[in-house]
Amino acid sequence: MTDYPTLTPEQLDSFGRELDAIRDRHLADRGKRDTEYIRKVIRAQRGLEVAGRGMLMLGFLPPAWLGGTAALSLSKILDNMEIGHNVMHGQYDWTGDPALSSKEFEWDTACPSDQWRHSHNYMHHTHTNIVGKDRDIGYGILRMSEDEEWRPYYLGNPVYAALLATFFQYGVAMHDLEVERIQTGETSLAEKRDMIKSIWHKVRGQWLKDYALFPVLSGPSAPFVLAGNATANLARNLWSFTIIFCGHFPDGTHEFSEEETEDETRGEWYYRQLLGSANLTGGKLFHVLSGNLSHQIEHHLFPDIPAHRYAEISVEVREVCERYGLPYNSGPLSKQFGSVVRKIFRLALPGGGGGEAEERSGDPVAKRDVVVRAKEDDALLVA
Amino acid sequence: MQTVADTSRFRRARRSTSRQLGNRILRSSLVEALAAPHGVDRYLELVRPLWNASEVRGEVVRAERQTARSVTIEVRPNEDLSGFRAGQFVNLSVEVDGKRHARPYSISSSEHRPERVELTISTHPDGLVSHYLRDRAQPGMIVGLSTGDGEFHLPAARPERIVLIAGGSGITPVISMLRTLCDEGHEGEIAFLRYAASPELALYDDELAALAERHPNLVVHRAYTRFGGGDLDGHLSRAQLDAVAPERAGAETFVCGPPSLLEAAQTIWAEDRIETRLHVESFVPPTLEIQTGTAEGRIRFEGSDLEVANDGRSLLEQAEEAGLQPESGCRMGICHTCSCRKRAGSVRNLLTGEVSDTEDEQIQICVSAPVGDVAIEI
Repeated sequence: MTDYPTLTPEQLDSFGRELDAIRDRHLADRGKRDTEYIRKVIRAQRGLEVAGRGMLMLGFLPPAWLGGTAALSLSKILDNMEIGHNVMHGQYDWTGDPALSSKEFEWDTACPSDQWRHSHNYMHHTHTNIVGKDRDIGYGILRMSEDEEWRPYYLGNPVYAALLATFFQYGVAMHDLEVERIQTGETSLAEKRDMIKSIWHKVRGQWLKDYALFPVLSGPSAPFVLAGNATANLARNLWSFTIIFCGHFPDGTHEFSEEETEDETRGEWYYRQLLGSANLTGGKLFHVLSGNLSHQIEHHLFPDIPAHRYAEISVEVREVCERYGLPYNSGPLSKQFGSVVRKIFRLALPGGGGGEAEERSGDPVAKRDVVVRAKEDDALLVA
Repeated sequence: MQTVADTSRFRRARRSTSRQLGNRILRSSLVEALAAPHGVDRYLELVRPLWNASEVRGEVVRAERQTARSVTIEVRPNEDLSGFRAGQFVNLSVEVDGKRHARPYSISSSEHRPERVELTISTHPDGLVSHYLRDRAQPGMIVGLSTGDGEFHLPAARPERIVLIAGGSGITPVISMLRTLCDEGHEGEIAFLRYAASPELALYDDELAALAERHPNLVVHRAYTRFGGGDLDGHLSRAQLDAVAPERAGAETFVCGPPSLLEAAQTIWAEDRIETRLHVESFVPPTLEIQTGTAEGRIRFEGSDLEVANDGRSLLEQAEEAGLQPESGCRMGICHTCSCRKRAGSVRNLLTGEVSDTEDEQIQICVSAPVGDVAIEI
């Protein structure tokens, strides 16, 4: 880890212990406050859903269509992010309530929950930002790291990104199919047959509900209901894509190699999670709608602590980072997402390691050094 | 003469058809498809918590403190619990500080009145749930229930002569038996022996007196083991039994109470060689001894019907060593892929050092090591 701020092994150990202490304290503090919070969000989500679908039944009236679509979009966003993602992380398993059990929860997207738990909770969170192991780096479709070899196919990076964003719930659903590995022959369709069946089962369920049953049940409003439901799904796709892509791709985030991260200690694991993640600033409502993935750093340090606690935890984490001289990457949505979009375009071309820096030096290692430090300064300023 | 049992059966048959129709609509595939993937229950329960068909729940309709150390609650279940047999228990669950805890409690009401299930909870010295209920139970509270379970119950063919022996809080299953028999208009002799520490801690005194008055075939004998002063003197003894239940060789006897009472009964019945006539239910309070230090005990993998000796390593490693293939992921306590249910016993969290003995608890087996005997669901 030579390009980034380095810590000695002792410092890394003590860094790990300090973060462990924060974690233990919050885990021990879990109680009624958390259960009441998540139930409040769930009630809001279900209420918005029922209200949205109800209003869409009168969708031939423009205000009803707009209101209904907005309400349904919000309900799908909450279901996907603040509720689904967090519950499936096991953040509420301790309650013993089957409605909050990570193993039993199913969310209203095309991705079957068991596949999500495998590809996200396990693969992504364990191998975060390790090139070659974390398949969230590009989803096998995009080039999102300079360390990934360029191919002419990647000239379409922006197009693939736009398509992925539009159909994000399907992109997520197909994530565990490892399509790029099927193409190289490392795995085969036959091995994925059960997963495909499971995905189809979920997709069919949603299509039936959103594009057949509810439209038909609403009689003359059918086309409005159909349009409203499709728009709500699209809104959820675009929003979740935006938030999620701001998690690990803005300027200043770091990737790691498999060699660097072999035999990681706990302190080193925390270190990689910190340096690989970026936060978004915003108000309380923004945090809820982002599923608290606006606190991506805190989420990656403590994935199974109830997410509504990340805001207060971030104060403690910032303080620890300051003391150890570590960067804390945080910025408003426009800035962070802007840098992600620029990255997508940049990496569509060969090399692509930082626009300005490329002109300064041709040496890849030095280039990265400069880019990293420059972006770090930006990030620290903003933080 | 129509008994309470007969009337109850008739009323229940009539009510169930309307409930069935409602259920048929709500559980229809159309409604399920509209409510996918969460399911209808997750919407209904936001309106009324009892409208959840996948979980047995109940609403407390009455809460009475007969003694300072107990609470008697009457619960209206959301499901037909009429299958339970007098003497059985249900698993009652309540949420304390955001977390669900479940405990088994014997039903104390009659088999023939399943619309209102009565439970009497006595506090244990370190009991979380018992104290919570004693302090907070009130009408309107929603609790989790289950269908009736347990081997200790009245046989379907009622014995002619019955002896019921209750010690302390053990009166609950036994009084269910008594109330059931009374509802049925049972005419055979019933001897009810009730042992309590003192009159202040005696449960159901008034009810026993009332039942004895209404049913001449029932005789109630009271004993106060701490200070005396009842019909019987001190703890269960052969002398007492000879005085009040001399014909017990020809009767079925049901006893529930503290270990000392059960042992005394078992000894006397064994001496008389009539053990098969004695039916026993134990109410031993949960022991909270937590062993620490050396690796001891055995691990029972209930789902695989396998048992191994504990060597102190994480449950995941020991399961794999035993030839099982539980799901796992990061193997460091982050992703929860390996999380499964510990049914009984204590485990130590390898990350925090914390020891937990909560029954029926979800644990991450990659970072949990057994402390003593443990039973897990895989």
